[in-house]
Amino acid sequence: MSMSEPQLQIKLLSDPQLLGPVRGIVKASAEKAGFDADSASHLCLAVDEGLANIIRHGYESDHEQPIWMSIWFEADDQPGLTIHIEDEAQQVDPSTIRSRDLEEVRPGGLGVHLIQEIMDECSWEKRGDKGMILKLRKRLPGNLTGCGSSGPDDGDGIER
Amino acid sequence: MGFGPHIERHEMTPGELNITTETLDEMLIVRPTGEVDLGCATLLQENLATALAGTTNKLIIDLVGVPYMDSSGVATLVEAMQVARRNNINLLLCNMQDRVRSIFEIARLDTVFVIVDDIDAARGV
Repeated sequence: MSMSEPQLQIKLLSDPQLLGPVRGIVKASAEKAGFDADSASHLCLAVDEGLANIIRHGYESDHEQPIWMSIWFEADDQPGLTIHIEDEAQQVDPSTIRSRDLEEVRPGGLGVHLIQEIMDECSWEKRGDKGMILKLRKRLPGNLTGCGSSGPDDGDGIER
Repeated sequence: MGFGPHIERHEMTPGELNITTETLDEMLIVRPTGEVDLGCATLLQENLATALAGTTNKLIIDLVGVPYMDSSGVATLVEAMQVARRNNINLLLCNMQDRVRSIFEIARLDTVFVIVDDIDAARGV
């Protein structure tokens, strides 16, 4: 699928202190797109989790590495928001990125589950020969239909 | 100590996450104020570790001032809950805002924690 230029694009460093300002941008974008306050907050969480995964796992908490976020406001027959988050971190096989078993109560490993539950569509792809792209899509009206399976894979994977 | 609540203020980060610790009756109350994300979850983790080491009875995490929490914050609370259980400390969450509660629901942790409405409700648990 070919895409037009994003209406909004920012580059940020992989610094956790920037998560708050980015949430401000996502919240404002979500509200501009027509999402209510609760859905906008959930969108912020999905983006936050995607960025946190890149910072912690992709860049292994190196806070000086680049991340790009692009936003498309879509007003066609399926209005909503499309957000792409790109990095130059070490590539992983997208099929190995998964949620953990939620029956097991322990810290960590919830980010992918939260993203999948909040977004209508989400996917991780390799970005050429360097880095990854997280593609997120949320349609209006904002129902939490989820984009992934409700349970984790049984096989080996990377819990994020 | 006098008859009033004893409040200690720990490390502050202006504009981000502030955390106070209050002793009320026999309850230790940790009260973070601000958005909890990867950038400040460690600060909450440190304060909760200190609180857990300083109580043998009941620890209340008052989330009245937390409008947002990501999985880093949730993981910090799960870790604290596990330490509390190992040490027979009663850990409660109270004053949870709806948007934070929804994250616990999505993560299916809303039934794992003891979540009460407010400090008064926590007294009786």
